[in-house]
Amino acid sequence: MSKSTNTNKEKKPEKTGPKTGAQAVVASLEKAGVEVIFGVQGGAIMPVYDALYDSKLRHITMGHEQGAAHAADAYGIVSGQPGVCIATSGPGATNLITGLADANMDSVPVLALTGQVPTNFVGNDAFQECDTIGVSNPVTKANFFATETESVGDVVSLAFLLAKEGRQGPTLVDLPKDVTIGEISNWEYKPPELPDHVEIPSVADEEIIRSAAATLIDAKKPVILAGGGVIKGDACNELYKFAIEFEIPVVTTMPGIGAFPEDHELSLKPAGMHGTGYANMALTHCDVMLAVGTRFDDRLTGGVDTFAPTAEIIHIDIDPAEISKNIHADYELVGDAATVLMQLYKEMGSKPEASEWLDQIKAWKQEYSIEYGERESDGKPRPQYIIEELCRATDSDTIVTTGVGQHQMWAMLYWTYKKPRTWVSSHGLGTMGYGLPAAIGARFAADDDQKVICIDGDGSFLMTLQELSVAVREELDITIVVLNNAGIGMVRQWQDAFYDHRRMASEYPWVPDFSKIADAFGAKGFLLDDVENVESTIKEAIGYKGPSVIDARIDPAENVFPMVPSGGANGLFALTEKHLEEL
Amino acid sequence: MAIKSNGLRGPAPSERPHPNERRNRQGIRIEPGSSGELQNRLATFSALVKHEPGVLSKVSGLFSRRQFNIESLTVGPTENENNARITLVVNENDTGIIQVKRQLAKLLPVIAVEELSRDAIERELCLIKIKNHFAQGDSLEELKELVDKNGIEILDIGDGMVTIEVRGGQRDIDDTIEMFDQFGIEEIARTGTVALERGSKKTT
Ligand SMILES: Cc1ncc(C[n+]2csc(CCOP(=O)(O)OP(=O)(O)O)c2C)c(N)n1
Repeated sequence: MSKSTNTNKEKKPEKTGPKTGAQAVVASLEKAGVEVIFGVQGGAIMPVYDALYDSKLRHITMGHEQGAAHAADAYGIVSGQPGVCIATSGPGATNLITGLADANMDSVPVLALTGQVPTNFVGNDAFQECDTIGVSNPVTKANFFATETESVGDVVSLAFLLAKEGRQGPTLVDLPKDVTIGEISNWEYKPPELPDHVEIPSVADEEIIRSAAATLIDAKKPVILAGGGVIKGDACNELYKFAIEFEIPVVTTMPGIGAFPEDHELSLKPAGMHGTGYANMALTHCDVMLAVGTRFDDRLTGGVDTFAPTAEIIHIDIDPAEISKNIHADYELVGDAATVLMQLYKEMGSKPEASEWLDQIKAWKQEYSIEYGERESDGKPRPQYIIEELCRATDSDTIVTTGVGQHQMWAMLYWTYKKPRTWVSSHGLGTMGYGLPAAIGARFAADDDQKVICIDGDGSFLMTLQELSVAVREELDITIVVLNNAGIGMVRQWQDAFYDHRRMASEYPWVPDFSKIADAFGAKGFLLDDVENVESTIKEAIGYKGPSVIDARIDPAENVFPMVPSGGANGLFALTEKHLEEL
Repeated sequence: MAIKSNGLRGPAPSERPHPNERRNRQGIRIEPGSSGELQNRLATFSALVKHEPGVLSKVSGLFSRRQFNIESLTVGPTENENNARITLVVNENDTGIIQVKRQLAKLLPVIAVEELSRDAIERELCLIKIKNHFAQGDSLEELKELVDKNGIEILDIGDGMVTIEVRGGQRDIDDTIEMFDQFGIEEIARTGTVALERGSKKTT
């Protein structure tokens, strides 16, 4: 009778339609095209799980609900369709919150379903009751408390639709047990429609388009800033066409990684706190910036006072609230990224005269190259080198997920991203522990021949390690590379730079052997501590069919550069510790 | 553990060209030397919302989370039983005022939101309880005169206290409170501003 989560169930005879609220919930997911959901069982959500028993939907039991939310998030990034996670009431729901906050910050389509105590218990502090709507209000795009069995299926359909329409984001439906247990008299699935008052902007104001185009044509030092919205809005082809045709260099934000191929000569890679020196120089000195699908996060802008201080800014975004929120836009273009880019494209009579600027940028690329020199430090392989080797050993459609910290920044700098939806990371919330569950979610959304690699830190890995059991149980082909510096390196780097080397709670006196942990879980573990073995270990781990973990011992003294101290001027990035002292 | 050079080369920050131009705190480019500080002003918004549970907490949560300076917030039913109207007075600079509108508009239960014109009709009701120095004789006459002159109504006299009702714009009420301050105000309750556009102009 046990339903294992990874076997295909034999076909049941055709049913006449959902008979309970829970069955309507499941039917709505099926109709929306959902194939896999990530979750953890529990009392208040049991009716929905019971309905899943009869469904073709694949349910992946995660080790922790946070893992379920991150897996759904990564699924959403890679597939472009809402990832679905499910949890019980109370602790199940609160455990989802970090993952939902993460998805909210990074505008990722996610649908969360949470069990709730029966309606007549709500408000009485019942067992495992939590005000999930209240708790999730600030971290969801929209949330719904289901009140009627008859309409619960429609509410789920609407929440799914809202997660992906317009600016994407997480939505949640709270499902009281009586609502899901209740019997339906007559409900049929209807494709959801947006409420009348919800308008999703598409085409931008033609007059502003004309004046923005004129400004861009006149630019002497133009730059494009491509944010995550370019990828989420499926506007990468339009952006490429635009940049190539008008010869405009492209800087990305972190979520925008993959929006433009980094091996193209117009690519400057990401700007910001640990962005490349040349990207930060370009933003600081440009005279016109075409910013697409970005919210000008402070990790990108550094100090607002010194951000692109000479630039007129043309800002395209589907969410008007992001325009002129952090950085004032001289041209506000509200609309769909792909559509508006093409509107602008058509208005551009000619390309800007910017040959001097393009030469300058070429020179900056040389001057501020991210070449790191030695492959080895203190007898150990350097993280930059490991990442370059990983990139070399895999195809350009390989998906990279990360935790948060130094390893994330090296993964950003030293991998060459060529395609959208191959960079899967936690940006706005900066959630340690994101990498492994994200690799699991990404695995389900990726094509079978696409590789999935998680580049993790030892601290981040320890936060959601239990999800390795899922990877083993579900026989997922993922490779986890732990850049093990025996501590929470990013914090240690800040302490050295800004707290007079007072390393409070950042160095681990002891770290487990992650290769042995992998073996104990039933994954394949590798220990990597010799620079000569980097290539061969990577080859073996990637070749292994199933989850593998490389415990890569690196020099704990490694720091991430370039670096803009928080609130500092992007153009004054430090390339060395000595530069930091100068600032 | 000694920190070694990470291998990156390139001119030090002080050796690079760096622009002198600046932006202000709202990210607006400013003239060199100017502070670019924006002035706050009062703005009244009317938001038509779905009449359903949880709307108020979504609106107030948005205001506290985004640190909008809110002067008053009222909510009540409208001509349509499915909707409620929220009237908000905020004290923000222009960037903040635009943000208030755009962020509110994103909340799913918010059907429409507009900043009202400067000549919109704005009214507030206020109850003021003052110590009854007027129990007898001239002083009660004095109060009645004051009250008549200012369109104020006496709702309750007795038990050592007088409670009066004032209606008007926010400023009128502020003035009345100031005027009665000399008599010793015990308690105040204000409704916050409600507002509609003048004439045939639609509010939201
Ligand atoms: C959940 C969470 N807690 C704390 C932090 C603060 N933090 C930011 S980076 C960092 C260090 C991460 O350590 P590790 O994962 O080992 O990566 P490393 O920097 O060493 O590469 C910490 C603690 C965070 N980002 N997320």
